[in-house]
Amino acid sequence: MNNSLINQSFKKAKKENRPALLTYTVAGDNTKKKSLEILKSISKYADICELGFPHNTPIADGGQIQTSAYRAIKNGVKINDIFSIVSKFKKFRKDKPIILMGYYNMIYQYNENKFIKKCKKSKVDGLIVVDLPHPENKIFASKCKKNKINFIQLISPTTSKLRLKKIIKDSHDMIYYISMLSTTGGKLKVSPKRIIQEYQKIKKQNKSKNVVIGFGITEKTIKLLKKADGLVVGSAICKEITKSIKKRQNTVINVTNVVRKLKNKIK
Amino acid sequence: MKLKKNIPLIDQHDKFGFWGGKFGGSFIPETLKKPVEDLTKEFHKLRKKRNFIKKRDFYFKNYVGSPTSFIKLENLSSHLGGAQIWAKVVSEANGGAHKIYNATVHALICKAMGKKYIVGDTGAGYAGKMLSMAAKKFGLKCKIFMGAKDIKRQKPNCDAMRRNGAEIVPVYSGSQTLVDAVSECMRYWVSNCDNTHMCVGSTVGPNIFVKICGWSTAQISRELKIQLKKEFKKIPKKIKLINCVGGGSSAYGFWSEFIDYDKKHIELIGVEAGGPKKSKLHAAPLSRNAKIGILHGAASYVCQNNEGQIQDTESISAGLDYPGVSPIHCFLKDTKRARYTYATDEAALNAYKMVTKFEKLNPSLEPSHAFAEAIKIAPKLSKDTILIVNSCGDAKKDRDILKDRLGKY
Repeated sequence: MNNSLINQSFKKAKKENRPALLTYTVAGDNTKKKSLEILKSISKYADICELGFPHNTPIADGGQIQTSAYRAIKNGVKINDIFSIVSKFKKFRKDKPIILMGYYNMIYQYNENKFIKKCKKSKVDGLIVVDLPHPENKIFASKCKKNKINFIQLISPTTSKLRLKKIIKDSHDMIYYISMLSTTGGKLKVSPKRIIQEYQKIKKQNKSKNVVIGFGITEKTIKLLKKADGLVVGSAICKEITKSIKKRQNTVINVTNVVRKLKNKIK
Repeated sequence: MKLKKNIPLIDQHDKFGFWGGKFGGSFIPETLKKPVEDLTKEFHKLRKKRNFIKKRDFYFKNYVGSPTSFIKLENLSSHLGGAQIWAKVVSEANGGAHKIYNATVHALICKAMGKKYIVGDTGAGYAGKMLSMAAKKFGLKCKIFMGAKDIKRQKPNCDAMRRNGAEIVPVYSGSQTLVDAVSECMRYWVSNCDNTHMCVGSTVGPNIFVKICGWSTAQISRELKIQLKKEFKKIPKKIKLINCVGGGSSAYGFWSEFIDYDKKHIELIGVEAGGPKKSKLHAAPLSRNAKIGILHGAASYVCQNNEGQIQDTESISAGLDYPGVSPIHCFLKDTKRARYTYATDEAALNAYKMVTKFEKLNPSLEPSHAFAEAIKIAPKLSKDTILIVNSCGDAKKDRDILKDRLGKY
């Protein structure tokens, strides 16, 4: 998958001497139409867009993403809607990679093979499945690879050295490093310096893999983690959507401003 | 899919933790892989250690108060006619329910692993109350996650938890019941797994938690086996073991010693929460044929919609009000070793009324579901049939609900 869109995005960022910016928003938050508009607008600044498929029992997500997910479900977003959001987005910008992220039960109920087929048809570039860890994810990951979809492995500060090697070996173009012991959107409780040290241990194993850091990254902290291949911001964006709705302001404009500022910090 | 003999059911899983190839497993975020692996290793080691078994038995006897009694419900039996109805009064255990077994073992494991903090989830409040008791006994700091709706309806248990020095963390997300309490507890563990031990309150969750809980509650059936032999000189020919099933920890504990018997000899009957008579909602994934799904780290039958969103449940009994169920009960269902049915809120209330009218027994709303089934089938059965109900909880905690629904407590 050497020439995958995901790989190309990292290459482009590297050429510009900066980390790639990855955004996370929940599909259908707060409506199908709005979430597509948000996606289109922030893709001006984001290098890769993660799109969450909302689940009502998310065991690894903090308050901000939970709120977004509940809001989207309440507004009636279905898996097929998510695929149609991706399709429409890809017609608008076919050069931007889209990564779907969510929990395994939804894929399981939809049917693994049907899900992958739909991903391929709507041009999804990658998948993150939070509760399908290595090695249980091996079969699913290889199915993804056969269909030219990146299955993104996660690594955490608790991952042992031996596991780390095995996970990297089975990984595709991108690896997601969880910055600290936390659900999404927690306060950064480890110093950025320390996070980068841990991050470099992963890079040392295989320099060709693109490793991104996520969890707890905000406008305040993003600059300090600049050395990474990529940085993911999710909860801070979801929080802005919640805030904008509460204040009856334009979510698209407000969220785009946040993403633009994030990008400026790492340029 | 087949059951094996002479191997405890909790150990009949494959290397990925699945019973029958499809129930259970460990669907967990990467961060929890290591702590779950550590716990698995530790438990594997401890359960083989004679010293640890000795310690467990010591606390079961002197702290939990084992064995709990096994009594015949003479009046109820003669009123109904037909089968003899017996009860294993597990509610006599310290704290008033079977949850004390799992809580005690988890506290011992937590100590052995050198962790000072313990967290747990609770629905009816018994798992939380017992964990707070065990934490106090063994000098551990304790946090209990509980749905805001359950905090309101199970106040006596909340008071007990606070008296034991535990912090109750109210959960306001989703339906504000057990399902959300478990999610929030798991999230807390994701963030604090380096110094905190997590106790899952039932035989649910990632594989290792199913095993630890089942290993702990199995004490109930070990006692019952001895008591049966003592009472009848040998194990009677027609037995039916009736137990309520929410997560399924008391049912597994009640049955584990008897799973190897033929089902014509010892029938296992699980009773789920059917919810209010007129409501579409229930908490009975086994008996009302829910599809397999993944909830809280394990695959099991789960109340859910076509999209895989977890469905709201409804039951008068907070302890049974859970959309999933233990993977080992799914396995027992599919191998047809156990039979699962449900009782409605109304049936459980009627059963409570009848049992308390005839007997000096005060079963909580959870075992009242099991009594409802016993009351239903007893008249149709022969006199030599022994129906045994696990009266696994005491109704003190239900005082407000009972007062409201029956006008008295």
